[in-house]
Amino acid sequence: MRANIVGASAPRKEGRDKVTGRARYVDDISMPGMWYGATVRSTIPRGQIRKINFGSEIPWDEFVIVTATDVPGENHISLIGNDQPCLAREMVNHPEEPILLLAHPDRHALPRAIHAISIEYERLPAVFTIEDSEKRSEIIWGADNLFKEYWIRKGELDGIWERAAYIVEGEYFTGAQEQLYIEPNGMIASFDSVDGVTVWGSLQCPYYVHKALMALCNLPEDKVRVVQTETGGAFGGKEEYPSMLAAHATLLAIKSGRPVKMIYDRAEDMAATTKRHPSRTRHRTAIAADGKILGGEIDFTIDGGAYLTLSPVVLSRGTIHAGGPYYWPCVRVHGKAIATNTPPHGAFRGFGAPQSLFAIERHMDRIAEAVGLAPDEIRRRNFLRPGQTTITEQVIREEINLDALLGRALDLSHYHEKRKCFAADNAHAQKKKGMGVASFFHGAGFTGSGEHYLASVVALEGCADGRVRVLVSSTEFGQGTNTVLCQVAAEALRIPYDDVEIAQPDTHNVPNSGPTVASRTAMVVGNLIASAARGLIQTLKAARALGEDYTPEEFRAACRAYVGEHGELRSVSQYQQPNDIFWDDRAFRGEAYATYSWAVYVAEVEVDMRTYSASIQDFVALQEVGKVLNPVLAQGQIAGGVAQGIGFALYEKVEWREGRMQNSQMTNYIIPTSADLPPIRVFFEEQGTVHGAFGAKGIGELPMDGPAPAVVNAIADALKFPFNHVPLMPEDIFEAIAGTPANAACAPEPVTSR
Amino acid sequence: MTAGEPRAHEFEFTVNGERKTIRAFPMERLLDVLRETLGLTGTKEGCGEGECGACAVLMNGALVNSCLIPACEASGSEIVTIEGLEADPRVRALQESFIERGGAQCGICTPGMIIASVYLLNKIRQPSLDQIREALSGNFCRCTGYMQIFEAVAEAARRMERS
Repeated sequence: MRANIVGASAPRKEGRDKVTGRARYVDDISMPGMWYGATVRSTIPRGQIRKINFGSEIPWDEFVIVTATDVPGENHISLIGNDQPCLAREMVNHPEEPILLLAHPDRHALPRAIHAISIEYERLPAVFTIEDSEKRSEIIWGADNLFKEYWIRKGELDGIWERAAYIVEGEYFTGAQEQLYIEPNGMIASFDSVDGVTVWGSLQCPYYVHKALMALCNLPEDKVRVVQTETGGAFGGKEEYPSMLAAHATLLAIKSGRPVKMIYDRAEDMAATTKRHPSRTRHRTAIAADGKILGGEIDFTIDGGAYLTLSPVVLSRGTIHAGGPYYWPCVRVHGKAIATNTPPHGAFRGFGAPQSLFAIERHMDRIAEAVGLAPDEIRRRNFLRPGQTTITEQVIREEINLDALLGRALDLSHYHEKRKCFAADNAHAQKKKGMGVASFFHGAGFTGSGEHYLASVVALEGCADGRVRVLVSSTEFGQGTNTVLCQVAAEALRIPYDDVEIAQPDTHNVPNSGPTVASRTAMVVGNLIASAARGLIQTLKAARALGEDYTPEEFRAACRAYVGEHGELRSVSQYQQPNDIFWDDRAFRGEAYATYSWAVYVAEVEVDMRTYSASIQDFVALQEVGKVLNPVLAQGQIAGGVAQGIGFALYEKVEWREGRMQNSQMTNYIIPTSADLPPIRVFFEEQGTVHGAFGAKGIGELPMDGPAPAVVNAIADALKFPFNHVPLMPEDIFEAIAGTPANAACAPEPVTSR
Repeated sequence: MTAGEPRAHEFEFTVNGERKTIRAFPMERLLDVLRETLGLTGTKEGCGEGECGACAVLMNGALVNSCLIPACEASGSEIVTIEGLEADPRVRALQESFIERGGAQCGICTPGMIIASVYLLNKIRQPSLDQIREALSGNFCRCTGYMQIFEAVAEAARRMERS
């Protein structure tokens, strides 16, 4: 029997629970004797804590109060570095830094108590921008405010500037962006001396939380248990922060002897937790007379906030993607992550790539303009082709045809006809229209040797009722993990989809299949499941419980018989890096990713010259992501990512004051609603790859990369102005257009023609 | 208790067809009464300020955000939450099309989205795409980009028409 479930739109495993309201999110769970926790945070960006005053109007004996001195183990959140305290003790380095924790049986008692606590500080000078941090007039982290830097050196730049027909320089900026999952961060912790700590919460990476709690509590592996509850959106925002929240809830649970629930309200979630790293990218590119890239220099800098957290990894992905899907004979890329006194920036879908890809895709349009070619033509002349190398000198081995992808996207969007038409009409139009293209790629899985170090493990379990259970720490938070991994298992086992279920991620029951990040789940974890499935079949065949060909009923019977006889049927598979993958962490050279997904997006935009607001009229998203495992889920991933990308481009602006987000409400931080979005038309090509379960590559992050440059390229096309940042708000457009003398809408950056 | 501090009162209202008498502070949010006092956790909190629609319920047939309704205002009214809709075959058709068309991803906005869609389909049997867009613009979804939600609602309307 062949299942044919891969490639079909199998219904979402937990779909019925979600549409009926039965799905249980962390705030839907209550425990006997449960208390509620809250956090007292710093109100200044940087300084020494001098004194903490507790107002006399509060009956403090009703509360449990936790400070840094209550931490049983190490007072930091273990991730890459150990610089971020779980609770600040003497020094605070950003606004909203946690200092004290309170718990009380009545959650309504907490806001007043927080209000009654005042903290005296000795303020220290703080830095808030990339430029100020680089000046190093104030050192706020380490010896030089520098979290991490990378260099990519491909070929020699000697002579390119002399040979260049054009030298194009540009500077590009992207802003912070809030993940804005609709379910805020939340966690429940309980503690007893026999079983240790258990936490239940909204999170992406159970084993990250597990590791953090072991160090925090000084407990062995089996005394820390992390359970993921239904998670209402994450987008990277629940990659590292849940370790902090789990640590806080745990400290309160240990001290109070009660289960403690902590749920952030929206304002706290937005002001205190991570956002996308703001970035600045500088390009200087040598271009031949025919528009081909000769080589160039790229400086990519991200603002990491006050602590290291995941910034080195965000930086590496952004740095590697900085050249776009183009062939660079030679290039120097300098990537750096710097410190500022804002809450740490963190993982958000795309993870550095949307920042550097925005820059290169705007820059390509500016190169096109300098050379006098159309935006599509400059891309066509520079696309990476099979056999060529990326900026890390990775040979493109897959049969990707970007010309074909571009051509189809242009046809689908009627790019040429519309562009011509708009060019004729715009001069006298009240609403000026433009077309913008972005072509881009996204590496699937962890960068470089990351997957080797993760060494992920999955297990499949044959159950006594004849069904099969998938055991992974990979989490569902909307993107379809449960469904797609069950589809892969069903296909590989050649049994019906309904005969496969997936276990709730619980570190007591599931192996560490790695974090649910980096567009790795379908490709890496899916592949391991397919391999574990082959192991399961072999075991059943070796026990003569299963023949060569079998029906679903025969498979169920074989499972039942095997479990009856041996007590357990389990197949485990662990990631092993293929031998031909070469990556040099120091030189930043080699096979940066096992494979890439590729895409061309086209935006049609209209700018109303009375209001200066831009609205998108049509959006075409065409991508090559290998085998599409589930078309409905895949379409949803792309459309959702495009919507977030449109938000990044036009709507979502974090207003900072002294390192603190001022607009930490849904009322004044604006995301696109159903009324704001254009038709998002999603298309796939399957050009095939050897990687991933049944040929699947990564899909989750890709759609975040393209919308911002496509949209801003379209606005630049409509208004003939070289906008260089996102979010591009109506007031920015107004300032640029109204502030520019007529006919002087020229590039502010130098373009040298030689 | 000092003078002027709020006191809990008894309130009566109908929830999903059942008469309920509960004790609540007059300004307590209907959302909390539903979730905490009555254990109806299908209604979700996304923002607590009436922007996101995750806490949407029907109150006397009108679509409201329950985070903005104080208990005293809900007194005497008829409330319908996601839990109260399951028996309705039209709603089940809507829920099925949400599953089939990808209208639910993370699911946290879904109960509110279903409630808003029910409210729309009660008013307009065959809504246009623009009417669907407009009707759901008070319900934020961060996952789907809305396209598949629109499809799910349109598909449900077609199915209801046929049955």
